[in-house]
Amino acid sequence: MPVPEVVESFTGSVNRVTIGATKANGGTRTSTVTVGGAKNVVYGGDFEDAGEKPVVAMDVLDVRPEDWPATLAEPYKDVFDKPAEWAKKCVEEFGAELICLKFDGIHPDKANKDAGHAVRVTEEVLRAVGVPLVLWGCGNDEKDNIVMPKVSGAAKGENCLIGTITEDNYKALTAIALADGHNLISEAPLDINISKQVNILACDMGFPLERIVTFQTTGALGYGVEYAYSIQERQRIAALGGDKMMSMPVICDVGYESWRAKEAKLEDAPGWGDVAKRGPMWEAMTAVCLLQAGVDIIRMRHPKAVAVVRAFISEIRQ
Amino acid sequence: MILIGERINGMFNDVKNAIAEKNKKVIQDLAQSQTEAGAQYLDVNVGTAAADQKGTMQWLVETIQETCSTSLSLDSQKPDVIAAGLKVINADNGVILNSTPLNKKSDSEIMDKYIEMAKQAGPKASIIALTMDSNGVPQNVDTRVAIAAEIVQKALEKDFSTHRLFIDPIILPVRVPDAQVQPGNILQTMDQIAFLANPAPHMTIGLSNLSQGTTERSLINRTFLAMAISHGLDSAIVDVLDRELMDVLATAELLMNKQLYSDSFLKVYAAANKV
Repeated sequence: MPVPEVVESFTGSVNRVTIGATKANGGTRTSTVTVGGAKNVVYGGDFEDAGEKPVVAMDVLDVRPEDWPATLAEPYKDVFDKPAEWAKKCVEEFGAELICLKFDGIHPDKANKDAGHAVRVTEEVLRAVGVPLVLWGCGNDEKDNIVMPKVSGAAKGENCLIGTITEDNYKALTAIALADGHNLISEAPLDINISKQVNILACDMGFPLERIVTFQTTGALGYGVEYAYSIQERQRIAALGGDKMMSMPVICDVGYESWRAKEAKLEDAPGWGDVAKRGPMWEAMTAVCLLQAGVDIIRMRHPKAVAVVRAFISEIRQ
Repeated sequence: MILIGERINGMFNDVKNAIAEKNKKVIQDLAQSQTEAGAQYLDVNVGTAAADQKGTMQWLVETIQETCSTSLSLDSQKPDVIAAGLKVINADNGVILNSTPLNKKSDSEIMDKYIEMAKQAGPKASIIALTMDSNGVPQNVDTRVAIAAEIVQKALEKDFSTHRLFIDPIILPVRVPDAQVQPGNILQTMDQIAFLANPAPHMTIGLSNLSQGTTERSLINRTFLAMAISHGLDSAIVDVLDRELMDVLATAELLMNKQLYSDSFLKVYAAANKV
């Protein structure tokens, strides 16, 4: 009896999502980014099965960050108060293909800025750079529901990736993202079942599943990266198994999470090596670990870490 | 779960009448409603009333494909009726040839013919093979498994991937005298079919046959479906329009970890399972 060739055959694949609209598509972006499309497990199967290359989205904050450690603040210290300049620096000096504009400043416990501020920043950044944008709220439901629809409107037609919607707060942003032609980020607290539910809720409102990117919440190296890893792995398996409610590309927030770790920022730790190298390395290692789990978009902060991760991506996807 | 919608079958009066009157709408509506309910394949069976079986098979295939792109399962014990359907079908997304026994008295080569037709029909064409041979339907577990093993071996010899092979252990009506032992036998058979090859062949059953002539058809169907899923059933020819059956299916797949849980799991099962 001949030995059969054992090949995994998957019925599903990860959706392809394109972020950004050029002039031809009604926007003003000079480039777009497409992610997703994997038809196999990470690094499994034929080369073509891997889909699009993962991409780094560099974080730009709408206000001066108050709590960034010195190592992280150093490359940006001249542009901290100027989000448009900051974004420009990320694109021109550090080669960012995608900018994540994070509206920390609207949070009631932080600078408590209003919608007018957020709209202004959005417009400035759109004018300053040609790459597509991720627009990310502050995480306070009430404030996000007031401000993010205005931000969405200010970027109407630019086909941004906007978020996040959660199980308890999805209606306002889903409706406005649909109206303004953006892609949507659905967030769940390291819980794949809730993640699926959030996608279903958005789908119920008529939002196309093919325009959703999931955010499973990220844990840094040493702080729960393994949970994020296994959830993303599970999501990929569900997508390959044909579960249309879980066939989205994945975004993770490596920058914020890595730089919260004491290992990344503690200066007075002689046994741990040079803090100026340790921080970026912590961020890069977290990102590379999550790449093995099949993430598609990685939010990052330090340019050195970004360079390492980008080199890693080029190497494995040659 | 690979669901094959059973409703386009000349044994049902509405389909029988539609065939007699050449009423396309009845057929196309059934194709549409079964597709929306979650069928990945639509079974097409001309029934026994039509005098011209080959012509009727072609008319059904063409009628369905005028308005619906769901893959079809051509259902006939006669190779020439299947061949007639294949002549007019668009099998780009797959087709199932349903079904052949391992062999039969009048045609010892019948399974070879089905495999050959499937190969001709393209890389996504599959066959359903019944665990019966020239002696008929076996009454015990061992003979069923032995026939299944021969089916798998024949497929491998013909270089026909087990991905494309569905084994149907044949479910008989439970109300037939002495047939009550059969559902249990089928579950035991399925446990063993899973080990016949790696990857294992698909397993399917014509579920509604189980409840023929009973007073609680839907209940019997859906109860056995849940039991069979727990023994590895990964395909079934069913009434996808039976909402309660579909709910049990979604729940059983959830409990077997085939689908991710979400609070709305019942609502999205059919959509989430679409190929």
